[in-house]
Amino acid sequence: MRARTIAGVLLASVLLAGCTNNDLFGLAGNTAKSANSGGIDQSALPNYEQDSPEYFAYQVGDRVFFLVDQSTITEEASATLRQQAEWLNANSDYTITVEGHADEQGTREYNLALGARRAAAVKDFLVGVGIATHRISTVTYGKERPVAACSDESCWSQNRRSVTLINSELTG
Amino acid sequence: MKHNRITVVALATFAIASISNPTHAQTSVEPLRIEIRQGVITPVPLAIPAFIAESPQVGEHAQNIRDVVVADLTGTGLFRELPKEAHISTVDSFNGPFNFLNWKAINAEGLIVGAVGDNGDGRVTVKYRLFDVFSEAAMGNGIQFIADADDWRRIGHKIADSIYSEITGEKPYFDTSVAFISESGPKSNRVKRLAIMDHDGANLEYLTGGKEIVLAPRFSPDGGRLIYTSYETGVPRVQVLDLKTRQHSAIIESAGMTFAPRFSPDGSKVLMSITLEGNTDIYEVEISTRRARRLTRSVAIDTAPSYSPDGKWIVFESDRSLKPQIYVMRNGGGEPRRISFGQGRYGTPVWSPSGDYIAFTKQNDGRFHVGVMRADGSSERILSSSFLDEGPTWAPNGRVLMFFRETPGSEGGPVMISVDVYGRNLRRVPTPGFASDPAWSPLRK
Repeated sequence: MRARTIAGVLLASVLLAGCTNNDLFGLAGNTAKSANSGGIDQSALPNYEQDSPEYFAYQVGDRVFFLVDQSTITEEASATLRQQAEWLNANSDYTITVEGHADEQGTREYNLALGARRAAAVKDFLVGVGIATHRISTVTYGKERPVAACSDESCWSQNRRSVTLINSELTG
Repeated sequence: MKHNRITVVALATFAIASISNPTHAQTSVEPLRIEIRQGVITPVPLAIPAFIAESPQVGEHAQNIRDVVVADLTGTGLFRELPKEAHISTVDSFNGPFNFLNWKAINAEGLIVGAVGDNGDGRVTVKYRLFDVFSEAAMGNGIQFIADADDWRRIGHKIADSIYSEITGEKPYFDTSVAFISESGPKSNRVKRLAIMDHDGANLEYLTGGKEIVLAPRFSPDGGRLIYTSYETGVPRVQVLDLKTRQHSAIIESAGMTFAPRFSPDGSKVLMSITLEGNTDIYEVEISTRRARRLTRSVAIDTAPSYSPDGKWIVFESDRSLKPQIYVMRNGGGEPRRISFGQGRYGTPVWSPSGDYIAFTKQNDGRFHVGVMRADGSSERILSSSFLDEGPTWAPNGRVLMFFRETPGSEGGPVMISVDVYGRNLRRVPTPGFASDPAWSPLRK
């Protein structure tokens, strides 16, 4: 539970690189760098193995978003979560940790509880579509770990989220 | 951290040797007294001449202790210091005589006289007297402190405490600590460390290394322990830390996440939120047995609990009526009663140590406020306003609060601010970097 996964670390470094850089995939590695200085490098998106945590994070989509104060799974979120469930069914060796997050509009302790509610809502949804409950743990970060640092709705809407992290494999 | 004993001795009353103005009409004089209540308070001018060093070895201590007394008293906004350049008289002996005419002439209303003696064993004897200049009378008997010379800051705080109480009639609060969360690093990946310092920012110490997120420390009633929330195990869990041994442990082994802890007035129990299956309720945990008693059973979020000073009532935050509001319930049963009815959302209620107010965070119209209300919800008073003001904590006398204020944007961060219970004297608490979640300690022994 404590050890962060590869996906988590990778993702963190991508996010740390800043929300101004939209080229998330380009940062994730194995793009051929042009020897020329200047100009615009272009390359294919990295190909992740379909059963890799990176594929889950970037291709399936590891996060869903919530409305202000809400923990309701939106239609868009349920589409993402169904894809998550599909991947988890195909890769049944993995366990996951669902993180619940809140934006900065709210007190610290209330937001911890709100993040827990969001993580639980995602867990309930995944269990409802067939993922074994013992494969899913949850954690709340409240407003402690925003991904977007500005103080308006454009960032807040990104921070009101759950993130599904792939843990280490269950068995060899 | 050292815990040296400070011996306190009341000075024997002695006749004031003074050069008095014989024509002075004593009866027309208002006594030197400040009542802390609503309205504008004009700071009372005090003359605080250099403390007398009874031997050259303690000259520096005499100056340092006096400076602490001055900073504490003027920091309240209730007093101002008459600058040394304005003095037309000096105090050369602790026993006088004091030329009150010369202090009156510069409009001093109070005169503070202090002396520091060297005990020769690493300890010092520090004494002070307070005079009401206009009535030419001593206030109280004065006090003598015998303490380790290294404890000069605490001696200064104790003298200031004594003077503050003498003039205001309120309980003191300067000889106190503040625990808080020191913050550094980018907003998306803040490093948070548990820290403690004197109420004025001196003697800062870090209690955790910053590897895990730590949140919202609170003191035990005896000041010896801190309870806080830590991600050490990967999920938020309430930890208790002994300030003497620096050892910490989980307060309860729970399947769920635990946070928002607060000690009971007798220190034997802790209120906290426990989240199970996504639902957050309030529990009371007995520390010795680690037994948890569930106090709320709603599907709503119930968090941020705080005891009344007599332990009979619990105030908390809940969104059972949709938006977060403040509720009061009997400790031990009974339906919670909502007490916040103003515009917006209310949270983080904290009962004042004197029992007369509940402090809270209020969120309305895109701004945050810290305020106070009576325990029945009446007399709401907003003390502050900004993009994000949050998390009030009370000084042990219930007359001053501290909270944190966070500035917006990616470069934004929190600082701690103190304010009196009427919203006066709002000022920043000095910390080297970002600081949040202040917790004011009880008065030190």
